[in-house]
Amino acid sequence: MNIAAEIRDVAPETLTEVRPTATEAGPAPKRVVVGYGFWIFLLSDIVMFAALFAAYAVLVRATAGGPAGPQLFNQVSVAIETACLLASSYTCGLMSLAVNSRRRGAFYLAAVITFVLGAAFLAFEIREFADMIARGATPQSSAFLSAFFTLVGCHGLHVTGGLVWLLVMMAQVAVKGLRPVVERRLLCFSLFWHALDIVWVALFTVVYLMGVRP
Amino acid sequence: MNLLGKLDWSAIPFDQPIIMGASAFMGLLIVSVLGWITLKRAWPYLWNEWLTSVDHKRIGVMYIILGLVMLLRGFSDAIMMRAQQAVAAGAAAGYLPPEHFDQIFSAHGTIMIFFVAMPLVIGLMNYLLPLQLGVRDVAFPTLNSVSFWLTASGVLLTNVSLVVGEFSKAGWVAYPPLSELQFSPGVGVDYYLWSLQISGIGTLLTGINFVTTILKMRAPGMSLMRMPVFCWTALASNLLIVATFPVLTATFAMLLLDRYLGFHFFSVDAGGNPMMYVNLFWVWGHPEVYILVLPAFGIYSEVSATFSGKPLFGYRSMVAATMAICVLSLLVWLHHFFTMGASANVNGFFGVMTMVIAVPTGVKIFNWLFTMYGGRVRFTVPVLWTIGFMVTFVLGGLTGVLMAVPPVDWQVHNSLFLIAHFHHVIIPGVVFAVFAGVTYWFPKAFGFTLDERWGRRAFWCWFIGFHVAFMPLYVLGLLGMTRRMQHYDNLAWQPWLLVAAAGAAIILAGVLCQAVQLIVSIRTREQRRDLTGDPWNGRTLEWSTASPPPAWNFAVLPQVAGKDAFWQRKLRAEPPAQKPEYRPIDLPKNSPVGFVTAFFAVVSGFSLIWHIWWLAGVGVLGAFVATLFFAFRDKDEIEIPTEQLVRFDRAHPAGVAL
Repeated sequence: MNIAAEIRDVAPETLTEVRPTATEAGPAPKRVVVGYGFWIFLLSDIVMFAALFAAYAVLVRATAGGPAGPQLFNQVSVAIETACLLASSYTCGLMSLAVNSRRRGAFYLAAVITFVLGAAFLAFEIREFADMIARGATPQSSAFLSAFFTLVGCHGLHVTGGLVWLLVMMAQVAVKGLRPVVERRLLCFSLFWHALDIVWVALFTVVYLMGVRP
Repeated sequence: MNLLGKLDWSAIPFDQPIIMGASAFMGLLIVSVLGWITLKRAWPYLWNEWLTSVDHKRIGVMYIILGLVMLLRGFSDAIMMRAQQAVAAGAAAGYLPPEHFDQIFSAHGTIMIFFVAMPLVIGLMNYLLPLQLGVRDVAFPTLNSVSFWLTASGVLLTNVSLVVGEFSKAGWVAYPPLSELQFSPGVGVDYYLWSLQISGIGTLLTGINFVTTILKMRAPGMSLMRMPVFCWTALASNLLIVATFPVLTATFAMLLLDRYLGFHFFSVDAGGNPMMYVNLFWVWGHPEVYILVLPAFGIYSEVSATFSGKPLFGYRSMVAATMAICVLSLLVWLHHFFTMGASANVNGFFGVMTMVIAVPTGVKIFNWLFTMYGGRVRFTVPVLWTIGFMVTFVLGGLTGVLMAVPPVDWQVHNSLFLIAHFHHVIIPGVVFAVFAGVTYWFPKAFGFTLDERWGRRAFWCWFIGFHVAFMPLYVLGLLGMTRRMQHYDNLAWQPWLLVAAAGAAIILAGVLCQAVQLIVSIRTREQRRDLTGDPWNGRTLEWSTASPPPAWNFAVLPQVAGKDAFWQRKLRAEPPAQKPEYRPIDLPKNSPVGFVTAFFAVVSGFSLIWHIWWLAGVGVLGAFVATLFFAFRDKDEIEIPTEQLVRFDRAHPAGVAL
């Protein structure tokens, strides 16, 4: 093999030591890897919501002679619901601050408030669903309502999952303390919780604000 | 209330001799394998070293075994269809009743895409990414095991449908309204949907895992533009997984809601919109083609560079072409249904985009050709597959460009012309690549090379058999034969179908050659040992470690200073990592969480299919409790002491083959 000829092909800077840039620094620390991976998961989750949004947009006028958004949505109730969720994101932020400054008491307080606000959001949503079903607006009655219940319900399921996760994390902090693995999980939880907020803002706009436009 | 839901003895087709025969054969095979394991007392070894392993190499090998086993299943389906169509002309009815034939073509497509091509490609990525990137494992090793076992769960459910109940009769795409409860009241579509939902979650987790691995876990010095091309193609492929599998999950969830709770997403009444399913399905479906074929392009790139003894021609253009395909693949889905009735402008747009995507693919073909041009090409088996691919794939791609013209597509839509086209791209594009890759990296994984002679025979049987089997389908398509026909009256088609059946038989000979190749290679393994770790004079980092590599891959992470990192080290004639500074390594501990979660996933899936609601609840709860249990586990890493690293490296001096 003609090695001498090949060596000349090697770029000169590769033969001397150069200070590594960020992309050449080697494997990232675990905290970065976990956070990054979770971001990718959240993106995929948002893509799933995007498919549900698309379905909703296609079917929003397909009411099959049944009720449409303006007859069904209660703006006041949705406003309170939204306020609960946004406030829970704020307390979730306080929770992260408490974790960073290692104040366990503050962590539990913020976690409990976050949980209560999330549960209140869910209660409003369940009440809205129950109310609609009682008035005969079931997901089986039209394509519009199928899409509505699925899109909003999917977000609701995510919030439910988040609440269970939060309970588990409070137990983990109690049992295992604020060790790195627990901290990484808390980081992921808060990313998740904030992402649910983002999805809700889109959902609030597309379903409830645009939905009551005459 | 019935505790077993819809399940009773009538679910087992005792009156169908073909199904019962196949089931008995499969049962016998499973029992004998399990018996053999028990006889050899291999259960503890299997459980500790494989089933609970979180090592990306072990998981990769298991994926590939899974894919190859399912290839046999999917291929048997193909043989049965070819045999049926060869005889069922005019007065003859053939040997398969319509309901069975419908299940076979649905199962063939589903299995080949989801349970053959995907596991094989993901298996190779699993095995290679950390080795090529010069790191010790993927970003999330335990999650990787969960992904594998969820995929295996989907496979298991699909195979169970052979014996208990039925598989979908709605084609591998399961278009509504046919796949709605109204027209498919049986459990077939439910088997299809739940298998793919469960394995789809596994695939999505793999995508997340690999994107993170590639972007955040590379050896020191390996900037993105120094990665081997296989890593680039894997990155593009996994980005597409992350971007599109959630759409498939959402689409199937909507169809499930229609079927289970009477929703109206895709129904024909109450405002439902079946065409929305077709759109959403192909929003995932077309990128899926590139999820499979891009890593395959990566394999061809590695093979052609190594065996030509030259750096890959046009590395930058290869990267650019890969990422261009990654983006463009999201903009062509509508060409699967030009006949939907969208406006001429819409069809025109998607037609043009489809032609545009052929450009970066063409760039790649030229890159491989120019890599070989002027090189000292060693005509090994992987190179044969590569050249066979280039010759075949270019033609298959051209028929694709033909069908990208909407008026042409209107003529050949859903005809055998289409079937010929996509087999013409996917068999050389993915299957040949996997064979090339398996032959190329086999010595890395097992420490000995595969037999060349039987490898060549397998190649020629596949190559010739492929053309004999699929070229007639182009003609048949132009003669007007549509796909999925259990019986036909036009006797003029029969000769072509007989030729196609003969082609399938030649491919079968190729498969047998591969089986023989494996047996011969294992029996003569002592003569074909790879002691250097670098049997092919390779260029990338996976060849710089022992074959098979230790659990930690690299005792000291390699320092990368350019493309083809290992090749450069050889050129500088450096002893491998002079005086390495050994430090103890933390490896993730093996974990049964993947296996246990998947077990509960199978339980839930099966009970949802048969409407056994209480058991479905138990399954979901079980999976949750299992995950919770492992989340509270205290010690999840084991330390490999320095002495062990030194001992291994002394025993396996990675030779620099100059």
